[in-house]
Amino acid sequence: MPTGLIFDIKRYSVHDGPGIRTTVFFKGCPLKCWWCHNPESRDSHPLLYHDAAKCLGCHDCVPACPEGAVTATPQGSLTDADLCCGHGACAAACPTEARQLIGRRYSVDELMTEIEKDRVFFEESGGGVTFSGGEPLLQWEFLLEVLRACGERGIHRTVDTTGVAAAAVLLDVASETDLFLYDIKTMDPEVHLETTGAPVRPILNNLHRLLAAGARVRVRIPLIPGVSDGANIDLTGRFLKHLPGIEGVNLLPYHSPAQAKHQKFDLPWRLPDDVSMSSGEVDAMANRMREYGLSVTVGG
Amino acid sequence: MNERISRLRQLSFDAEPSISTERAEILTRFYRENEGKHSVPVLRALSFRELCAKKTLYIGENELIVGERGPAPKVVPTFPELTCHTVEDLETLHGREQTRYTIEPGATEVYERDIIPYWRGRSMRDRVFSHVPQEWKDAYEAGVFTEFMEQRAPGHTALDGEIYRVGMLDFQGRIRERLSRLDYLTDPDATRKSEQLHAMEIACEALILFAERHATLAEEMAASEADPGRRQELQEIAVVCKWVPAHAPRTFREAIQMYWFVHLGTITELNGWDAMNPGHLDQHLEPFFQRDLATGVVDREGAKELLQCLWIKFNNHPAPPKVGVTAKESGTYNDFTNINLGGLTAEGDDGVGELSYLLLEVVDEIHLLQPQANVQISRDTPDRFLHEACKLIRKGYGYPSVFNTDAVVAEQVRAGKSLSDAREGGNSGCIETGAFGKEAFLLTGYLNVPKIFEVTLNAGVDPASGKRIGPDTGDPRTFETFDELYDAFRRQLSFFVDVKVEVNQYIESMFARYFPAPCLSVVIADCIENARDYYDAGPRYNTTYIQCCGIGTITDSLSAIREHVFGSGRISMERMLASIARDFEDDEPTRQLLLNKTPKFGNDDDRADDLMQRVYESLFEVIDGRPNTKGGRYHLNMLSTTCHVYFGTRVGATPDGRRACLPISDGTSPSHGADRAGPTAVCKSLGKMDQIKSGGTLLNQRFLPHVMEGDAGIEKLASLIRGYFRMGGHHIQFNVVDTGTLRAAQERPEDYRDLLVRVAGYSDYFVDMGVDLQEEVIARTAQDTF
Repeated sequence: MPTGLIFDIKRYSVHDGPGIRTTVFFKGCPLKCWWCHNPESRDSHPLLYHDAAKCLGCHDCVPACPEGAVTATPQGSLTDADLCCGHGACAAACPTEARQLIGRRYSVDELMTEIEKDRVFFEESGGGVTFSGGEPLLQWEFLLEVLRACGERGIHRTVDTTGVAAAAVLLDVASETDLFLYDIKTMDPEVHLETTGAPVRPILNNLHRLLAAGARVRVRIPLIPGVSDGANIDLTGRFLKHLPGIEGVNLLPYHSPAQAKHQKFDLPWRLPDDVSMSSGEVDAMANRMREYGLSVTVGG
Repeated sequence: MNERISRLRQLSFDAEPSISTERAEILTRFYRENEGKHSVPVLRALSFRELCAKKTLYIGENELIVGERGPAPKVVPTFPELTCHTVEDLETLHGREQTRYTIEPGATEVYERDIIPYWRGRSMRDRVFSHVPQEWKDAYEAGVFTEFMEQRAPGHTALDGEIYRVGMLDFQGRIRERLSRLDYLTDPDATRKSEQLHAMEIACEALILFAERHATLAEEMAASEADPGRRQELQEIAVVCKWVPAHAPRTFREAIQMYWFVHLGTITELNGWDAMNPGHLDQHLEPFFQRDLATGVVDREGAKELLQCLWIKFNNHPAPPKVGVTAKESGTYNDFTNINLGGLTAEGDDGVGELSYLLLEVVDEIHLLQPQANVQISRDTPDRFLHEACKLIRKGYGYPSVFNTDAVVAEQVRAGKSLSDAREGGNSGCIETGAFGKEAFLLTGYLNVPKIFEVTLNAGVDPASGKRIGPDTGDPRTFETFDELYDAFRRQLSFFVDVKVEVNQYIESMFARYFPAPCLSVVIADCIENARDYYDAGPRYNTTYIQCCGIGTITDSLSAIREHVFGSGRISMERMLASIARDFEDDEPTRQLLLNKTPKFGNDDDRADDLMQRVYESLFEVIDGRPNTKGGRYHLNMLSTTCHVYFGTRVGATPDGRRACLPISDGTSPSHGADRAGPTAVCKSLGKMDQIKSGGTLLNQRFLPHVMEGDAGIEKLASLIRGYFRMGGHHIQFNVVDTGTLRAAQERPEDYRDLLVRVAGYSDYFVDMGVDLQEEVIARTAQDTF
């Protein structure tokens, strides 16, 4: 049985599909979006994160490491990256959350146990589970197993994807998915390549394939100034207008503290400091997109 | 809101609560002249009639519904026969910054000269304290429990629909009929019963007299009123007050005024906890509303205006000030009237009517401190009603709170009430379950469960005083298993509940004997037929509750010891005890480990939740089913109101990593910040508590406003509530406010004068709360999911 590398499970997710949902965040992503909310999710292996501000200097982590990778210093504990194998014994020993292991392996059964916990709320609200990331399709074998298990148990399945995947994988996943949340960042090939590190064309092609296969799809557009706003709204509107079967478009105003998170993980921040938009600007964009006959919602 | 209501509302909002000595003076004079001339019940009834005959009346400008307990809005009488304020008490109330009650000039002199000399040693409180045994005093002083009945008369009562069908003259007819059936030849209690019945008859007469005085005053005012519109209104007031409460009401307006007179009667004769409560007001008034609509007597706006007049009346009545106050235990003006909307009918049908929606509008527009309102949600309740309630919750007043009617009914049926009585019941005060109009369901005090655990860890000694207050259950350092520790806790628990119940029984009997409530007894089912008082087994059902506090703190503390001491062995018992004894000084790593690496209640984690179940079961075994003095039983209740703040000050550091003196967990909520898996996980953990075996639980949830945005946010909130209720949850309530707003209100209270937040089973003005309680509300986990 395959296992999956999961970096977070969020219950009472209310912006990731219909009803009350549990969102499972898969670790590993093919894109490197400048605005990423979860930059710690990019790598496809567990990440030992050390928050020096929370370190009490108790050094309980030193003897805990079986590899001897952690040493005590007067400034706190240090990890030798070459010796660290990322199994997280130091994080378990750490009394605070100074040491955290980001990413944990789950078997299908373990993950199903977590998903089942909120069944009563799924049933009351018409909710279910949402697989997000990172990019869940990167771990497609595991994802497929979990999707099948959810299908057997009557749990509504949503997959939130970047659309970056082999066509065959995407179609396999589509056969076990009730709803896709499909991200389109920008239609501009150059901007897309620059700000996400990947070309946009395959993503758009995959969207065609999904719709042709009869999948239910909602398109999600994060509103990033200079990336997805302005002329891109019309470009996207024109593109989507000709795609039959899009259930709707969600414009996601960007409001989260992603910048702080980039700093936390020592990643460069390439966007301006203030990337927020007024609700007036957002509404104007939503209305413009509606002119293409699309059903547009602001927010998840 | 029309201009009349807006003026009345502003007046009520602006009036400063103050104390009037009028009631104390009338009563004391009456007692000096009459004590010893009558049986106790008749003396109480006559003193009540004296108050109704002599008290200063108030009919304010713009008012349509009339009557005040004090001489004016927000002027509060005292009840020296129960708890006699000292001069120092009055000065404290007058001088303190929070929940202040101003006193009129000369009040302290009146107290010193007339009131105190008579009641010192005679008041209920003095008599209770002169009786209690040393072990009770030791536990009370250590903060193991509180005693409700030493401050105010037992209350927490609510009415059913009887007063809308029967007037006081009809009640008197019933009383006389019952008197005629007394059999002195075979019933040794016949004389006692006769005195009770006579007292009730006098109480009916007193209430009619009180209303007639209002009618006369309204007529006088009408005669000298220049404005023809107001003259007409005053004449209408006179007509209404001549008819009710003597007769059953005929119109919507009379029905409201009927209730209000009965309300005033019961809160004038005694200061029962949680004032009085109309119960299912929407269901009671709906037939009048429909009839008057059909005949054109009232339209929707007119009905709303009358309801708003009533709402403002509740707000005009702050809680009677306590004695020996430090403002710690319950620093609020709220007197806890909690009106039930929705629910079920006695036949089990959906109780939501047009008036239920209209009342939600009233709650929204008036949004004052009082009254509180809750919505009763059963499987039969339409989603539309729940959604409308959720929209109100989103506005952030902290109310309405939400109750699971199906659970509330099941709790009562388990406790032996009939199904239809249970359906007519509901929740009063904060979250207390009772059969409205048919039951005395009395709270007797809070139990500090984490304190009992602290005493267990110290083998029966209170570490704060070094005094032995419980049995020696062994040194925990010698315990080899977790079960040994748990058994020691269980024995301490049993001991302290025994100590508390013994004194409860005494006080209950004292009230039955010396402070009957004839006015209240008239309107509570079966008191007339049983010819016994409300406090003396008169009602159909008689329940005594003990409220258990700190389930989150005790669960997490047990979990920490099981995990780290008996499980991994990472912390020895020796070190744990030493560390908490020093309040974790120089041992932050241990505290952090306990905080962060312990399975905690509220995360849907069975490793902690099974301990919650075990503690809950122990509380149930120790409390439930004990006989009270009235042929009824004790049941447990899981409410802390604000007592978790006071209790926290009496408990040193706890093994869950909580520092000394901080609040313990509130109601049945998880410990502050311990719940990290979102609201569904909290609900799941709570769902594992067999809440049907209680008389109420209380779950606080704090949401950041954006989580509830849009129609989808409302639907998801409603689904969260439905999901929790499907698992047997009793109650849930929400604060929808961000920390920034609360901090800003602390800094600039003048700008946030009307910021209401949910405290316990009630909302309060944030700026009126003590700093420790403000901090406690801020410390509640804010649910913020994306």
